Amino acid sequence: MSTNTHVTPPSGTSDGAVIELERVTKVYRTGSIAVAALRGISLTIDQGEYVAVIGPSGSGKSTLMHILGCLDTPTSGTYNLAGDNVSNMSEAALAEVRNRRIGFVFQQFNLLPSMSAWQNVELPLVYAGIPRAERKERAMDALARVGLAGRVHHRPGELSGGQQQRVAVARALVTEPDLILADEPTGNLDSVSAADVLRLMDELHEAGRTLVLITHDTEVASASGRVLGIRDGLLTENDDRFMESIR
Amino acid sequence: MSWLETFRTGINGVLSHRLRSALTVLGILIGIAAVILTVGLGEGAQGQVTSEITALGSNVLTISPGSSTSTTGIREALGTASTLTMSDVSALANPIVAPDIKAVAPITSSSETLTAGTSTWTTSVQGSIPTWLTVRGRTLAQGRFIDNQDVTDHAAVTVLGATTASELFRGVDPVGQTVDVNGVPLTVVGVLTSTGSSSSSSSTSDPDDLAVIPITTGAERIFGGTSRNSVSSIAVQARSSDDLTAAYQESDHLLLQLHGITAAADADFTITSEQSLISTATSVDRTLTILLGGVAGISLLVGGIGVMNIMLVSVTERIREIGLRKALGATPRVIRRQFLVEASVLGLIGGALGALLGIIGATFLPGVVGDPITISPTAMIGALVVALVIGIAFGVYPASRAAHLAPIDALRNE
Repeated sequence: MSTNTHVTPPSGTSDGAVIELERVTKVYRTGSIAVAALRGISLTIDQGEYVAVIGPSGSGKSTLMHILGCLDTPTSGTYNLAGDNVSNMSEAALAEVRNRRIGFVFQQFNLLPSMSAWQNVELPLVYAGIPRAERKERAMDALARVGLAGRVHHRPGELSGGQQQRVAVARALVTEPDLILADEPTGNLDSVSAADVLRLMDELHEAGRTLVLITHDTEVASASGRVLGIRDGLLTENDDRFMESIR
Repeated sequence: MSWLETFRTGINGVLSHRLRSALTVLGILIGIAAVILTVGLGEGAQGQVTSEITALGSNVLTISPGSSTSTTGIREALGTASTLTMSDVSALANPIVAPDIKAVAPITSSSETLTAGTSTWTTSVQGSIPTWLTVRGRTLAQGRFIDNQDVTDHAAVTVLGATTASELFRGVDPVGQTVDVNGVPLTVVGVLTSTGSSSSSSSTSDPDDLAVIPITTGAERIFGGTSRNSVSSIAVQARSSDDLTAAYQESDHLLLQLHGITAAADADFTITSEQSLISTATSVDRTLTILLGGVAGISLLVGGIGVMNIMLVSVTERIREIGLRKALGATPRVIRRQFLVEASVLGLIGGALGALLGIIGATFLPGVVGDPITISPTAMIGALVVALVIGIAFGVYPASRAAHLAPIDALRNE
């Protein structure tokens, strides 16, 4: 499947790093028990990189994804996203950062069933305060980019899993974010659809997008340019022995 | 995010759960309709009582025997006849002594059974004098009223109210016919014009159901009793409504003097005005309205709790949607507004439909229950505002629950 991949490079800083994590920790407290999910992660991801974070369940990869996605804040350490320190922002400020800088692709697609494909795609633009006419145009463009120009008025229930995930990718693209964060994007798909979505990711990478893919599947991870292993809340970057050990 | 977008989102939220929204609306609808109808029923009853009392005669004071204490009840001396007499009446009728009094009518009354041929009818028989007609503000439909000669002669004549006449003489011209009261045959000389307010209200007696006879005839031949000089009550008509207070004071002073009473608190008579009758009657109706309105208000409250319940269920059920919206950039404030708009749209639709049901009820119910229902525009607007306020008030808690959900909790994979 060929898609139109003429994507303009993201706005944001052009001097390199999109993500800079410095000694980031995250401790969850349930009653008197404290669980350290992340135990000091330092990490830099440059503009235009395609990075996979791989680890077994319980390794802290979901927590890392939440922090990278500004869905949660670190207990200690600093996180700079496209040059701005987002470690201690308020909930409302984080909402704006998510809206402007991050596009999410989830395992469960998370499309709203009562809305058509294009209405789902325009949702982030609604929260950004973009006028109606422009929103619709941009949503249509994004859907064309993922190869769904003919399905814009379909509701999620009328689309296949692979198509739904491509709608979700279009929704992640539509705001021209600095970072696209994909959490197990192929987890609910058959192998053909999964390959489809991964090819779409590749195309986005080639068009200059910064992509972070979180997965437990080494095959999926191998599609990326750089693999970060995570285990027990610590990173093992480009570690072949680690890759071997979880294979 | 603009308010327009928030409204669009909120209305979509309502429309995407049609059955649930309809049931919630139903709760508010019933509450609002019940409030509108009970308030309308109360207002209608008050209007009816007021018009009936007004029909008794304008600018009229009624003097009755016995003293009323400031707290409760009427004090009467045991075993005595009425303290009001015909000499009181002639003193009050003197324009030099009481210049603000236009006319005075003594009234003796008793409930008697009237017989005409085979029909009988029990009604209020009132003995009075010719001034009764003007004091009561009545006119004649047929024949003549009792005159001074009838009073002097103790004439066996009577004037019937419209209802009484039609009950006794169905279709037959009553004038010239004879009715028997306590074995005394009375000739019907006239029939009063119907007041038009003769609907069956329990609040006051029907002003069209009575028989008027000369006061002397009543005392001598029909009512009996110890003192032929005493009267049951005296109706006093002031020259105008502005003179009512002056007429009240003149009557009060004169009667205290005539009865030899020095302290006003010891008075053996009571003067009531039309206004005090109206306020007594309406206060009874108002109490009833408040009571019914309270019950209707409780049903409205239950409707409001229904809105809250549904909104809480909605928040729990749409936890993923809320999480997704937050991940895509919705601030807590935007989420709170979305749910508040949904709750107030439910309230407002319920209010509008409830008001509509109230209007329909007010149109068709009076035909069934026989009481008028008055619906004022103020009550309508009030109902809509109340419905909206209920939607918002009971939506606040669910909306802030939704606003404070953490996006990661909301998005967590099952």
